[in-house]
Amino acid sequence: MRIPCPHCGERDVNEFRYGGDATKQRPAHGDKDFQTWNAYVFEFDNPKGPHEEFWQHTLGCRQWFRLKRNTATNQILGGGQ
Amino acid sequence: MPKSYSIFSILRHALRPSEPWPEAWAKPAPKSNYDVIIIGGGGHGLATAYYLAKNHGITNVAVLEKSYIGSGNVGRNTTIIRSNYMLGANTAFFEKSLQLWEGLSHDLDFNCMVSHRGQIVVAVSPGQMDSFARRGNLMRLNGIDAELLDRKELEKELPYLDYSKHARFPIWGGIHQRRAGTVRHDAVAWGYARAASALGVHIIEDCEVTGMVMDGNKVTGVETNRGRILAGKVGIAVAGHSSHVARMAGLRLPVESHILQAFVTEPVKPMVHHVVSWGAELFYLSQSDKGGMVFGGHIDGFNTYTQRGQFFKIRDVMECAVSLMPFMSRLRLLRHWGGIMDMTPDGSPFICKTPVDGLYLNGGWCYQGFKATPASGLTFAHTIANDAPHDLNAAFALDRLMKGRELDEHGIGNWTYKQ
Ligand SMILES: Cc1cc2nc3c(=O)[nH]c(=O)nc-3n(C[C@H](O)[C@H](O)[C@H](O)COP(=O)(O)OP(=O)(O)OC[C@H]3O[C@@H](n4cnc5c(N)ncnc54)[C@H](O)[C@@H]3O)c2cc1C
Ligand SMILES: [Zn+2]
Repeated sequence: MRIPCPHCGERDVNEFRYGGDATKQRPAHGDKDFQTWNAYVFEFDNPKGPHEEFWQHTLGCRQWFRLKRNTATNQILGGGQ
Repeated sequence: MPKSYSIFSILRHALRPSEPWPEAWAKPAPKSNYDVIIIGGGGHGLATAYYLAKNHGITNVAVLEKSYIGSGNVGRNTTIIRSNYMLGANTAFFEKSLQLWEGLSHDLDFNCMVSHRGQIVVAVSPGQMDSFARRGNLMRLNGIDAELLDRKELEKELPYLDYSKHARFPIWGGIHQRRAGTVRHDAVAWGYARAASALGVHIIEDCEVTGMVMDGNKVTGVETNRGRILAGKVGIAVAGHSSHVARMAGLRLPVESHILQAFVTEPVKPMVHHVVSWGAELFYLSQSDKGGMVFGGHIDGFNTYTQRGQFFKIRDVMECAVSLMPFMSRLRLLRHWGGIMDMTPDGSPFICKTPVDGLYLNGGWCYQGFKATPASGLTFAHTIANDAPHDLNAAFALDRLMKGRELDEHGIGNWTYKQ
């Protein structure tokens, strides 16, 4: 798999670190509902298909960015931004 | 179906004109209604169906498998069984599983080739020797066998490691569980399928579940590519596809699906007589009966449902192999493959009821589901039959993370596999 870094261009996946689901919204700071925090911290959509996620170019420019990828095929759907 | 397998049935078959062996399990068409449907015909699904029929007398059961029996992780793993855990719930559960492996071939009347060749984990620092001593003591307090080996004793067992002072990770000793070992994984799937089928369970291959039939908050059946099938209760046992199938009932799980790769070299003469694991990195190897070295390491590290592994991980695992066992550099890699695993935040599984009535979950097995197969089937069947967990799986509940009762075997916090 090759990943397009917005700064360095397309590089091998082993130069990157995966940062997980990028669509999660952090609950409000004072939110006291356990279910809300449980959903934020532990649960994942984990779809078989298009997925928006974070990556960091750890062995390159070290920038964090968002990527769209199809988890059923590993096809990159939308470039890093 | 052959009634029983024995030396006599082999001789009888050898003398008969050449006709194939009868099918090991029946291939019925799906009925419109069952008491229990198990989704997923891997080791866990088949074992669950077998124990539902054998221990609870529930025989109106269907196992729905989207592909063929043995196509999932049950036929892709590195076949290691052991019970060297430290947390109470894990220790009791995995030790029960090891005890069930010990009698499984007789129970199923199918040779699963259970091999108690022992597992040794190699320690690479004095601190690690201390932690292995602690682990061994905890195991022995629970009646589980464990022996600490110093460097000299280790050298007798595993003479082929790099014991030199200049090794990248100098070797200090190891911990040995003699009852650990390997099991022929295909035979486990086939044996459970055959034994369940003999008790009346329907095993239905090429039958993919595509949706749930719901009545309010209750599951009453499933939609499949072979039509709608109704059921009183539905159990999910789909390994890496847990999130995907649970979503059909509106559930979101504490799971990410990741690929783990496995590797096998060309066959050579017998040389590695144990399962060998390493304290410096996640690496485990055994030699198959055919002679190939079968081994694996970490997951690739990002969620995916493709069973195709990345090249960088192949290189990582080869580096581990060669630094621990220098002879590995001279062997040719024959094959490698991948399987999709459902990784959980604390690295421990779920065998439990779900917030949806009539729906039960068996998943989140991470790296460790094969050794769990018999105990997983036993306790999941109990949970489905009684609508309440068995003592052995009570801790494997979905809400344990929210309640702060995580089973974090490595003691390193949330999402242990990402660290
Ligand atoms: C490379 C590798 C090495 C491993 N090594 C070890 C090891 O050494 N020791 C150990 O203890 N564990 C190991 N594991 C883990 C272990 O293999 C798994 O945890 C375990 O096999 C999972 O349970 P299962 O056998 O039921 O899974 P599977 O055999 O994967 O069964 C799940 C089944 O569900 C089916 N399915 C999925 N979706 C649907 C649907 N919608 N409808 C119908 N059917 C569906 C799949 O086709 C599949 O056959 C390893 C895993 C991998 C990938
Ligand atoms: Zn970059």
